Amino acid sequence: MKKPANWNRKHLIGIEELDRSEIETILDMARSFRGTLDRPVKKLPSLRGKTVVNLFMEPSTRTRLAFEVAAKRLSADVISVGGKSSSLSKGETLRDTASNVQALGADLIVLRHSSAGSPLYLSRVLDVPIINAGDGAHEHPSQALLDAFTLRERFGNLAGKKITILGDVLFSRVARSNLWALSKLGASVTFGGPATLVPKTFSEFGAEVTHDLKKALADADAVMLLRIQHERQTSTHFPSLGEYTSMFGLNEARASWLKPDAIIMHPGPINRGVEIDSSLADSTRSVILDQVTNGIAVRMAILYLCSSVSDFQRKEVSS
Amino acid sequence: MSEAIWIKNGRIIDPANGRDEVADLYIADGRICEAPAGKESEVANVVDASGKIVAPGFIDLRAHLRELGGGGRETIASGTRAAAAGGFTTVVCMPDVSPAADNPGTIRYLQDAIEKDACIDVLLTGSLTLDRQGEQLAPIGSLKQSGVIAVTDCPASTGNNEIFRRSLEYAAMFGLPILDLPRDPFLASNAVVHEGAQALRLGLPGWPRAAEELFVYRAVSLAMVTKAHVHLQSISSAGSVEILQRAKERDVPVTADVTPHHLALTDSALADYNTNLKTSPPLREESDRQALLAGLLDGTIDCIATAHEPYLEHEKDMEFDLAPFGVIGLETALSVSLESIVTSEAGSVSDMVAALTTRPASVLGLEKGTLSVGAIADIVIFDQHQEWVVAPENLESLSSNSPWLGKNMIGRVTHVIATGQLIRDSSLA
Repeated sequence: MKKPANWNRKHLIGIEELDRSEIETILDMARSFRGTLDRPVKKLPSLRGKTVVNLFMEPSTRTRLAFEVAAKRLSADVISVGGKSSSLSKGETLRDTASNVQALGADLIVLRHSSAGSPLYLSRVLDVPIINAGDGAHEHPSQALLDAFTLRERFGNLAGKKITILGDVLFSRVARSNLWALSKLGASVTFGGPATLVPKTFSEFGAEVTHDLKKALADADAVMLLRIQHERQTSTHFPSLGEYTSMFGLNEARASWLKPDAIIMHPGPINRGVEIDSSLADSTRSVILDQVTNGIAVRMAILYLCSSVSDFQRKEVSS
Repeated sequence: MSEAIWIKNGRIIDPANGRDEVADLYIADGRICEAPAGKESEVANVVDASGKIVAPGFIDLRAHLRELGGGGRETIASGTRAAAAGGFTTVVCMPDVSPAADNPGTIRYLQDAIEKDACIDVLLTGSLTLDRQGEQLAPIGSLKQSGVIAVTDCPASTGNNEIFRRSLEYAAMFGLPILDLPRDPFLASNAVVHEGAQALRLGLPGWPRAAEELFVYRAVSLAMVTKAHVHLQSISSAGSVEILQRAKERDVPVTADVTPHHLALTDSALADYNTNLKTSPPLREESDRQALLAGLLDGTIDCIATAHEPYLEHEKDMEFDLAPFGVIGLETALSVSLESIVTSEAGSVSDMVAALTTRPASVLGLEKGTLSVGAIADIVIFDQHQEWVVAPENLESLSSNSPWLGKNMIGRVTHVIATGQLIRDSSLA
């Protein structure tokens, strides 16, 4: 494996620290992997003999499966461990669990964890590459990259495009990673939703912040809905799901404020009838399932790039 | 009776007496005296303090010494050694031991440990409420009789304003000050860092300034009503300084302290989720830091207190939101205060010494913190230019959860005299 140009990272922790050319390197590589997904024989040999461990301490369907599929497409052996079935539920620390995973021969760890900063922490105490699959409300880099990929597939260059992210921005790692990724690619990002979930302070990072839904949606090229995490916020951050839907849910009438060719995105899981009308989620404007498929290609690129750098660094040390 | 000591040629800084001059200082029978106890050759201990500063021993109003139920994080022995290494000759020990210091038996136990193991003066506090739960008053009168000098639920603070009000009234009857770490438990319920841009960037739950300021207001309002003396601990926000300033203008009996780390650091240092920067209250923004520094120098904030909270390495070695709050501070207080106050030219060495000596003494009405003739000989000698590295092997504390772990520091204590005894002498090391 040779070291890829424009990519020197063994770990993928967040988008904030990436520059535009690094983001484009991943997206371009994902583009070529995307083509292989439609072939009758989908497997590539790039990670043959390597073991990828998905350490998922929080529930996940899409991200975990997509990382599994991506690693398998690259011929890696894949093991997925969940929080409830692991020793973390017996009081073992994250560091100890992850150290054991490394000792068992993992060549790369994909981590999903409820604590912001946990992938950075592991990257400092382990030797293997750490890929962040979502850490608390901090970052979800592979999601933002697949969103950027999907937007680029539709629009080509993102310069000057208005992308609106609606809903629970405060607790959303997807919103943060997308803000970094999309603004680095030249798009303007608007955060919309109730004041309790969309603090004005986000404007310090270049986001347009508004609580006026019409302003948020007007002339947007794409709208990305975020799942309302009602299990945690009802009663403190908004009065009820019903009130949320009536004030901020995306319905046909509100979708008409978007640009005519605007697309509707959602990282999933969807609460049908809460943040988005069921019919809109299934409409032709929706690219929600394209996002999921693109997520495989993007994660193949991430696994390939980080693994290459790791191999390259190891070879340099041993030579 | 202790041996006589003659400290030669030091720069004596004694803010209570307005003194800053190079001179000798004499100690005999545990007290500071006018003249040497004999000829130089007859005095048992002659300490050459040339080029160094001789000051009253420092006084810390907030240290968590972990003697009981502390799981090896610290003990009275290690905590007082750490205090001495940092130049402190008096520390006020917080009641968050386990079981809590809410009864005379626990106080007695701690007093025995102090008698046996402490190398400096340790003053005990009792808890304000039973088991520090904030729901029922602790037996404050009995605690007073057992010898506590203040009551507090630190590092917690009851969210029940009625309990707080009654505890103020009740404690004031015994002349006991109430130490309060102002933190609204609801506004700060999940919070781990200051609520601001940095919290949003890091994706960590924010602790708004208002969570502190509301409770500073509460303390001011209830101190006014009850005439009880409330001392607010570890103030962190510019707004709190403003509230205190107005309260002091109206002679409300409130006082306050600030930690060295809040004078030195802001939440910008948190970029890499270092759990040794996770403190309660959190590190805030530069405007807060500046206001705290100005407040300390103009007297709105009465003194510096370390909030020394030891945790073992494995306890801090984890995810940021799950790690405990608190950092050690006894051994770095001098270096950090020198840098924040003196090197930055915000104030003089004398200002810094006052904030660590005569000013904390006057908060609690202690007859300490001066070098007056006849005073108990609690003295620190330090070299304000000596460099050292914060590393476990250089720390007396059993824990090393310092924001400055691995960093080079400037300013180090060389000698400590506690009640006339030379307990620390780096020339012998």
